[in-house]
Amino acid sequence: MCQVGEDYGDPAPEGPPPPRPGRELKCVKCSEGLPVVVIRAGDAFCRDCFRAFYIHKFRAVLGKNRLIFPGEKVLLAWSGGPSSSSMVWQVLEGLSRDSAKRLRFVPGVVYVDGTCPVVSTRRLRRVAPRTWPYPILGSPVVMIPFCLHLEGAACGQSREDRAKTLSDVKRILQTLGFPWHVVTLEEVFALPPSVLRCSAPEPVGTVGTYKVAVDSFLQQQHTLEAEGVGDSPSSAQGEAQPSQPCTQDPQNLAEPPPAAQTEALSRLFDSVKTLTAKEELLQTLRTHLILHVARTHGYSKVMTGDSCTRLAIKLMTSLALGRGAFLAWDTGFSDERHGDVVVVRPMREHTLKEVAFYNRLFAVPSVFTPAIDTKAPEKASIHRLMEGFLLRLQAQFPSTVSTVYRTSEKLVKAPRDGCASGPRCLLCMCSLDVDTADSATAFGAQTQDFSQMQPPTPLAEAGAPTVPCRSAEVGRAPNCCQGTRPCRREDSRARVIKQLCYGCRVNMKDVPSLDPLPPYILAEAQLRSQRLSPEIQEYLLENSDDRAHASGSGAWGPPEDGGEEGQTVCDCINKNIFN
Amino acid sequence: MPAPQCASCHAARAALRRPRSGQALCGACFCTAFEAEVLHTVLAGRLLPPGAVVAVGASGGKDSTVLAHVLRELAPRLGVSLRLVAVDEGISGYRDAALAAVRRQAARWDLPLTVVAYADLFGGWTMDAVARSTAGSGRSRACCTFCGVLRRRALEEGARLVGATHIVTGHNADDMAETVLMNFLRGDAGRLARGGGLGSRGEGGALPRCRPLQLASQKEVVLYAHFRRLDYFSEECVYAPEAFRGHARHLLKLLEAARPSAALDLVHSAERLALAPAARPPPPGACSRCGALASRALCQACALLDGLQRGRPRLAIGKGGGARDEEGPPPPPPSDPGSAPGPADGECGAACKERCE
Repeated sequence: MCQVGEDYGDPAPEGPPPPRPGRELKCVKCSEGLPVVVIRAGDAFCRDCFRAFYIHKFRAVLGKNRLIFPGEKVLLAWSGGPSSSSMVWQVLEGLSRDSAKRLRFVPGVVYVDGTCPVVSTRRLRRVAPRTWPYPILGSPVVMIPFCLHLEGAACGQSREDRAKTLSDVKRILQTLGFPWHVVTLEEVFALPPSVLRCSAPEPVGTVGTYKVAVDSFLQQQHTLEAEGVGDSPSSAQGEAQPSQPCTQDPQNLAEPPPAAQTEALSRLFDSVKTLTAKEELLQTLRTHLILHVARTHGYSKVMTGDSCTRLAIKLMTSLALGRGAFLAWDTGFSDERHGDVVVVRPMREHTLKEVAFYNRLFAVPSVFTPAIDTKAPEKASIHRLMEGFLLRLQAQFPSTVSTVYRTSEKLVKAPRDGCASGPRCLLCMCSLDVDTADSATAFGAQTQDFSQMQPPTPLAEAGAPTVPCRSAEVGRAPNCCQGTRPCRREDSRARVIKQLCYGCRVNMKDVPSLDPLPPYILAEAQLRSQRLSPEIQEYLLENSDDRAHASGSGAWGPPEDGGEEGQTVCDCINKNIFN
Repeated sequence: MPAPQCASCHAARAALRRPRSGQALCGACFCTAFEAEVLHTVLAGRLLPPGAVVAVGASGGKDSTVLAHVLRELAPRLGVSLRLVAVDEGISGYRDAALAAVRRQAARWDLPLTVVAYADLFGGWTMDAVARSTAGSGRSRACCTFCGVLRRRALEEGARLVGATHIVTGHNADDMAETVLMNFLRGDAGRLARGGGLGSRGEGGALPRCRPLQLASQKEVVLYAHFRRLDYFSEECVYAPEAFRGHARHLLKLLEAARPSAALDLVHSAERLALAPAARPPPPGACSRCGALASRALCQACALLDGLQRGRPRLAIGKGGGARDEEGPPPPPPSDPGSAPGPADGECGAACKERCE
């Protein structure tokens, strides 16, 4: 079980791991203790050494990067999953240390309560209730609770389930003693458009300013101690409430979200055609929500629990989704794309395996809540495919995850061509990475799909038939223009689309209508197109003529063919040929 | 299913659905669109200036066949003249048949064909001889390592022989997508840093290389070959083993099933990757033996040949080290630049493209 690392279901090794015969069973660190876990091939750790190793890693990541200043308010994004739970407990542990080694920031926890609407109920009804297959592989931060319709329960029961999960969550939150915020995903429908604006970044902390900040913090603390004011970590700052749950949003906690919003959320996710796009949309919405919580409560950092394994998977997934320009933001230690609120990933050196064993050995509580891709077949989404692929490859080549992870560290956030920061993507808030429509790039090749056929290409070769082209009808025929209203909708769609980065555009191809999107997105899109139009003019992709084509599902829509593994290329194309 | 009308000419019955867009087209309209897209890639990417003498790396496989055919259609408009250059690796039972296909193509299209053989260029070493020499050392993967490096060099030599100013190879979007996946899985930051474009401008005296089909997916290439009734050779090389590229290829197939645009999305990612300056390879030097572009004292081809001559064929290659070895110049390994792909295109299926990028 210790070879490949993902067999979470097995019990943790009680005694020594099955050793090679004749080998002395001692911890590789202290050479005394009884080893309980083998982390890397051959490295058996005893319980205490494993604990020290694990904690040290966490603190080393924070110490190395020096991004979190003493006294800073840090929001821990907790999903209930193993990695983020472990992260929260690491912070708890760090705050309970003696003063020299104590973590000096002021934590709060946010929990995003997702809902049944996000998950296709049909799929869940079909699956039989059985042991969760990949508890530990479910993305740690991505996991959100929802109501499982395992028995085909009516909606009333789903609310009960949801309430039960929530009560589990709250019980754990209360034992923590940090300020906490539970928000429901439905609240995205009440977000203000300003969430999507990148606020001015705080002055970048250099090593020098970090040291100054630490010194002044220590001095301040000495003064406080001299005055006999409390020495508990949170009260040291004098602003965070001590152990009582500080529910800044009591009304949200007390009652479930309005049914109308739940329904709207459900409608939104039902309308999305692929699981890949659903996952991306969910992540986007959740990020916005967490960002909003952080801003309204004055947190300047958000910690997420992405582990090394998860980040490697995320990297490859982002790559496949066309987010190559943003890999360093998506997977780096810190993510400054939002300006005032910086996302940090302190668990990025821990493998999922280490997390699993630590949580098991030290009884870190977590809440298992099925995620959106739970029990979906592996081919259902790019995310699932990439996860399955990497973990299988990891089983064959044990250095796969670490190789990918180390490669990700060589990526930088500056755009490749060094161009200045242009407009940001409406959804993922990264600088737009689209080229002009006629460039010789993957983007250009896709956007000119139709337009290039309009002027019959003057092919010198006589034999080639020229295409008589009625381009306007070609582009619009399938989906547009019966009257003015659909056209206006197409316009507003085009307006949103052109504010998106490449990857988000590809995702939006799977969202047939933008109407169910939360209002803040559409409102901000409108604002931007009014406010920024001269500024983004040069980034606009299509002439007004082509716009309908590019955004219409005709140009972007996927062909309706399914999986095709194990076929030759010729077989693959057969389905594209009419007989 | 009764075929719908062609969405472009509205006259003929549609014969296919384009993998990229789902659009139903007749065969003629599809081929026209495909050619127009390649033309656009070449023009917008400024790959082949008018007056260029273009050496097409022809392997007899689908990609190079389609490339040669499309470029021949476009040649008058581009103002370029074409030469076919084929490489004879000396793999009995495989290469002969592929070369026969190239000869048929050359005759049919009336294009000048030049065949350069490993045996002539590299002091008598054919791939069969290399395979015998490396046989004891274990894995057949070594064959493709040698073959890729040497084929690159051979293509460069062949192109110079026919007086070409540019080299084009038939790598398509799927090849690029596999490459970027593979380079991440192998942690090859040097190649990631230099890959992504449509070719290389030809630093260090090497000929400029480009890949006009890079934005066309493999399916479209095969469809084009189908509708133009092109005659190509589709066997896999006898030495093509279970290479690492096979994993990437399998993954790409799955990704494409989940999202048809996956290959192009990966190409877009590759275009946009930003690597730390430290990860970029050092500027190239010249090989002390043959004068070709090299990142170290010897270019990769000379280093491999040197190892073979001394009877220590594993010397210059090897798993991780090998990859690092030849990731020298901003262009790839041995003799010439070309930001990514290698020699004549993907003849031996899985393995051979490995070396190329």
